[in-house]
Amino acid sequence: MAKVLMKGNEAIAEAALRAGANNYFCYPITPQTEVAEYMAKRMPEVGGVFLQGESEVAVGNMIFGAAATGKRVFTTSSSPGISLMQESISYMAGAQLPCVIVNIMRGGPGLGGILPAQSDYFQAVKGGGHGDYRLLVLAPSTVQEAVDLMILSFDLADKYRNPVMMIGDGMIGQMMEAVEFPDKDADPKPPDESWAATGAKDRKPRIIKSLFLDPVKLEENSWLLHEKYERMKKEEVRFELYKVKPENEFMIVSYGTMARICQTAIDELEEEGVSIGLFRPISLFPFPSTQILEEATKENVKALLTVEMSTAQMMEDVVMAVVGNRPVEFYGRCGGIVPTPEEVKEKILEMQKTYSK
Amino acid sequence: MTTTASTQAPKQKSDVILHYLRPGKKFPNVWCPGCGIGIVMGAFIRMVDKLGYDRDNVVMVSGIGCSSRMPVYMDFNSLHTTHGRALAFATGVKFAKPNMKVVVITGDGDALAIGGNHFIHACRRNIDITTILINNNIYGMTGGQGSPTTPSGANSTTTPFGNAEKHFDPCDLATAAGATYVARSSVYHVPQLEKVISNALEHKGFSLVEAISNCHTYFGRLNRKGDAVSMINSFKENAVPVGKYQKMSDEEKVGKFSIGLLSETEKTEFCDEYQKVVDAHRNDGK
Repeated sequence: MAKVLMKGNEAIAEAALRAGANNYFCYPITPQTEVAEYMAKRMPEVGGVFLQGESEVAVGNMIFGAAATGKRVFTTSSSPGISLMQESISYMAGAQLPCVIVNIMRGGPGLGGILPAQSDYFQAVKGGGHGDYRLLVLAPSTVQEAVDLMILSFDLADKYRNPVMMIGDGMIGQMMEAVEFPDKDADPKPPDESWAATGAKDRKPRIIKSLFLDPVKLEENSWLLHEKYERMKKEEVRFELYKVKPENEFMIVSYGTMARICQTAIDELEEEGVSIGLFRPISLFPFPSTQILEEATKENVKALLTVEMSTAQMMEDVVMAVVGNRPVEFYGRCGGIVPTPEEVKEKILEMQKTYSK
Repeated sequence: MTTTASTQAPKQKSDVILHYLRPGKKFPNVWCPGCGIGIVMGAFIRMVDKLGYDRDNVVMVSGIGCSSRMPVYMDFNSLHTTHGRALAFATGVKFAKPNMKVVVITGDGDALAIGGNHFIHACRRNIDITTILINNNIYGMTGGQGSPTTPSGANSTTTPFGNAEKHFDPCDLATAAGATYVARSSVYHVPQLEKVISNALEHKGFSLVEAISNCHTYFGRLNRKGDAVSMINSFKENAVPVGKYQKMSDEEKVGKFSIGLLSETEKTEFCDEYQKVVDAHRNDGK
């Protein structure tokens, strides 16, 4: 199929349709409202469901309801809206319901601002709601990757019967890039409905719940979920390397749009004779810890730098990944301010002075 | 919360508005040229001044949305809160400081969608808060999505083929939920708007003023209602005094809305009732 120029938010919406997700619930919030506006037009055209809820709390529970019927369902929001959905996200994880949640992140905490940020890393990766659960978290760095990961998200949600969250900073939603969608004829996989509440005629009722008052049963459920998360760690780690070579002295770890800015910095640093590569996690849970450790402990690597549009959130996972084998430094901006390649370069040159002694 | 020092009220009538604003700090404002929200703000300021309230004793509370920006521009104690939940914050303020005049400024999306639950419970408690709900039938700040007052069939960016949902009448809702002063006016009917705002402020108990306003930028454009002036003129044409409205047939009511005092009842106020509980049971010797 030919490439089309599309805004990230609209491309995400179209990708969901290509994945057969004909159920969408939303509430307006900057900077992702274009997804809702696009869906309001497109859903009737494909016979799908579009509903603007009365709040993100309502939307979270509408997704629970739709997901329980075995249909592919998703929502999109931005940071404060995602916070309001945490209750239902926890319930969906507990009840093992597949769905896709997109967070086009803006700066926080609280009301924060409306400009791009990556400050919801902890919320997405460590569990913003209560209880022993994890989301499968994916982070695109281009509009094309947002399309690809959106389609993948629905497959992964079905595979694990678990909510999948795609997080992109505000730029992913707002920028326009050329994208290619899979062929319209390539039918999405029909979701497995063998667990879904589809009407109990001529069969035993199926019960979808996160309530287990018997502690033995609740523990069973928690370990069952845990096994799933362990399986994700084995099968769903995704990352990309950029200019990672044996002679590298430094390695940047960065995700999303921030990683693209780091690529520019790396290109320029290379010209100045600095040997440096980029490790870009694509799956934030499961986090590519083993792979980061492997690259970080290569003989020539002196130190790592994590670059984020937040105050060192992913850095904690990087530090845990390298288990003290290499120093990990941090550079970041927040509040909607995006680090420039020059700032990243300056930080690396500073590190070069420190670690090349 | 920002506290401001009380200053001498201005003598010149034309200086009244300026006296209550935060010029230099918070301007220019976010409202589109021709927006009706400023008309409501002007009416509110004139009434607060006329009633002679000490502005150190007034708290303005709002949520998120175009209308919720209003307390930012006015020099009262102000509390700018989460989307839809200004009334919950305001309840906290009023309950902690029952002698303060607590005013909530909200919009149709803020008060009736995400804040619907808080709205009905504030009405039910009949807590002494004045709520001014500026109804422009759409979400303005995020760019024209449908709200709970977007009329059935009307266009918005999330109802591009016409709204399939039914819409709320906030005044009916408030009355049914227990609010004890409910009135509606529009940004065309400024003298009446001032009168109902003044009466609402003086009313003991939960009071609601719904101010019908124009969002020509989104609602007007998407529904071919013309510019700000033609939308405000349409309020003149479509507003019907409540007494006359009640005698109209359902057919005659189509496209019209009632204005004036819609309901006023006397009921015990929540803070007073709670004080009675304290008075009856207090045993700490104070």
